[in-house]
Amino acid sequence: MPLIPVVLWTDALVFLLLAVTALFAVWAARHEHLRAPWRRVVRSRIGVATLVVLSAYAVVGLLDTVHFRLKLDRADESGEVRYAPEVLSLLDLALSGLRERQEKTYSAPFATHLHAKEALDQPDGTVIRDYPRLQHGGAHLADPERDRAWDIAWRSLIGLVQGLILWALLAAGLVWWLARRHGQPFDAVRNRILKGQTQIPWRTALGTLGLVLVLAFVIGELALKYHVLGTDKVGEDVLYQALKSIRTGLLIGTLTTLIMLPAAILLGIMAGYFRGWIDDLIQYLYTTLNSIPGVLLIAATILMLQVYMSNHADEFASLVERADLRLLFLCLILGVTSWTGLCRLLRGEALKLREIDYVQAAQALGVGHFTIIARHILPNVMHIVLITLVLDFSGLVLAEAVLSYVNIGVDPTMNSWGNMINSARLELARDPIVWWSLAAAFLFMFTLVLAANLFADVVRDAFDPRLRGV
Amino acid sequence: MTAYIVRRLLYAIPILIGVNLLTFMLFFVVNSPDDMARMHLGQKRVTEEAIQSWKAERGYDRPLLYNAEADGLASLTDTILFQKSVKLFVFQFGSSDDGRDIGYDISQRMWPSLAIAVPVLLIGLAFNISYALFIVFFRATYVDIGSVVLLVAMMSISGLFYIIGGQFLIGKLWHLAPISGYDQGLNAWKFLILPVIVGVVAGIGSGTRWYRTLFLEEIGRDYVRTARAKGLSERVVLFRHVLRNALIPILTGVVVVLPLLFMGSLITESFFGIPGLGSYTIDAISNQDFAIVRAMVFLGAVLYILGLILTDISYTLVDPRVRLQ
Repeated sequence: MPLIPVVLWTDALVFLLLAVTALFAVWAARHEHLRAPWRRVVRSRIGVATLVVLSAYAVVGLLDTVHFRLKLDRADESGEVRYAPEVLSLLDLALSGLRERQEKTYSAPFATHLHAKEALDQPDGTVIRDYPRLQHGGAHLADPERDRAWDIAWRSLIGLVQGLILWALLAAGLVWWLARRHGQPFDAVRNRILKGQTQIPWRTALGTLGLVLVLAFVIGELALKYHVLGTDKVGEDVLYQALKSIRTGLLIGTLTTLIMLPAAILLGIMAGYFRGWIDDLIQYLYTTLNSIPGVLLIAATILMLQVYMSNHADEFASLVERADLRLLFLCLILGVTSWTGLCRLLRGEALKLREIDYVQAAQALGVGHFTIIARHILPNVMHIVLITLVLDFSGLVLAEAVLSYVNIGVDPTMNSWGNMINSARLELARDPIVWWSLAAAFLFMFTLVLAANLFADVVRDAFDPRLRGV
Repeated sequence: MTAYIVRRLLYAIPILIGVNLLTFMLFFVVNSPDDMARMHLGQKRVTEEAIQSWKAERGYDRPLLYNAEADGLASLTDTILFQKSVKLFVFQFGSSDDGRDIGYDISQRMWPSLAIAVPVLLIGLAFNISYALFIVFFRATYVDIGSVVLLVAMMSISGLFYIIGGQFLIGKLWHLAPISGYDQGLNAWKFLILPVIVGVVAGIGSGTRWYRTLFLEEIGRDYVRTARAKGLSERVVLFRHVLRNALIPILTGVVVVLPLLFMGSLITESFFGIPGLGSYTIDAISNQDFAIVRAMVFLGAVLYILGLILTDISYTLVDPRVRLQ
């Protein structure tokens, strides 16, 4: 085998999350009352546009979740097959060019020369101080000053055309599928989409998809020969770092809620349903946890984790594994600080639901508590769970950046937007200023969080029964 | 009323005990004091004597829960649990790793924290309420839609970027205010300009959006329709009816954070070099000074509970429909 798969803890949880989502999707598709709100989501223009953007992020994140170790070319004397110690992901393979093309230090986006002057040996033996050429960025140009602008324009055009061709193929496929499904001629469906007359706003979806594809292809084409977002202090490509950070951001946003969900649902419903001393106990539990300022609780636990990890360094097979466990632990502790809100909401809802006639009737008929909770209470609070899930996502992504800045976030060796900001925060004070690392982190984070915020609004409006029919 | 407050205060005690036990578990049971000493002294080549003296210096050489060597009551009091955790209840925080009295440091450092947090709160409140009223006045027009888009965009920017951007624009490019630092007494004002502006701007997105929702909720109520029906102008309806009623949730939302203002903002203070409690905590975290972190956790919990009690009281003061029993 040319590689052996490596499944990190977070990878396993992501696969679990995918499985749960898929099961939920199948289940929801079979029940009309669950399908209706989702239909409202995909019929909103903002809903589909943000869904396309979020899917693009998710694809990158998922590619980065499939990990493995490559087989080494040279087997040692014993003839035994050896695998590289380095854990790679599919994304690393796709971006292998970016990953391997390191420069010496800072270089600006699309630069052909380093950002700092160095002593250069001239062919005639003299030494001058000048900006040296980059080893990779624009290295194919004979005369950068003359050719660079044309080269960039030409490569952008190639990328644009490639993106448009792929987009046209996908769009045609969609129209063909819609036409077949509705039994209408191809042209009629196409015209309706173009005029924006379809129920699901396909025009918006395709427009956003086109934008994403064109952007990806143009940047991809340019990235073959340039550092599109420059390089950082040690010469690593910033675009690569930003793309690798996507997985971290998404994981923090989703796994945290996934981890806290069972406890929040179980305790919240139990408190509201059983009342009495169970209620008192659970309320005491979440008030206590809630009264510790979140950042401090996270700081205290991460500090303790650091103590543990430095005292038990030999228990972790590799740096990647250690960073991964720290990420998982961060999700866990973020979950501990954030489940209380959902728990309180669910308790309130369960208090209301237990007095409703059908629950009272079930009790009178002698149905067990467990069955009542599973069949009558749980389905009726799921919309609250879902709304909280999407509303929390963007806040968690932002929290990661702040925590990493304080050094209590993800492992410093892990790619994340917080670590990018943290290592770049003094760069604006340099002269001339180095702005691209911050700009890249800003751009990627802003797009994700904005899309998530807008999507969360659409989901909330679609699921909140109070707003129904407005 | 008094009985209610007393009961709430009594109810706070088990919660504080819970917080205390939790931090005790985190700091002393999950990792033993030996582990902490080894971490501080460096992993390799650390002698047993060094660990013992490190522990003795900080008072971590006692047994955790029960001291069999001491007599009488001292067998319970001469333990880490009592010395380090129970004493927090009387606000005896002990001393930090560099030998300073934590209680004294906190009392000195809370003033710079307040000097930033209070103006940010007040100016932010005034601005956000005015802007939200402005949006609601022009509701369902392009002013409304444009503003909401702007607010969501502002919400989506990490607080770190507001600080970095503010320092770069106002401090470095325009030279309007010093980038960071602090001064004694009233001379501090010019160092406060930048953090206060940044704090207010960073809060506009979520703040204004929240107030807009509150106002829109009120504006659909029956009493507003009555007010309009009797011929009041939109301005009077907004200010005398909608604003006054929406002030109830706004006020209680503010009261709950009031005590926590003392804690300061971790990020803002460390970025701007303000010697407040926020940067105190940050420094403690990066120096791994567990005594300070433990003290701040406890203080934070106390202030949070205080905030909850104040909220309940303020409810009865502003809303006659709410009665405490």
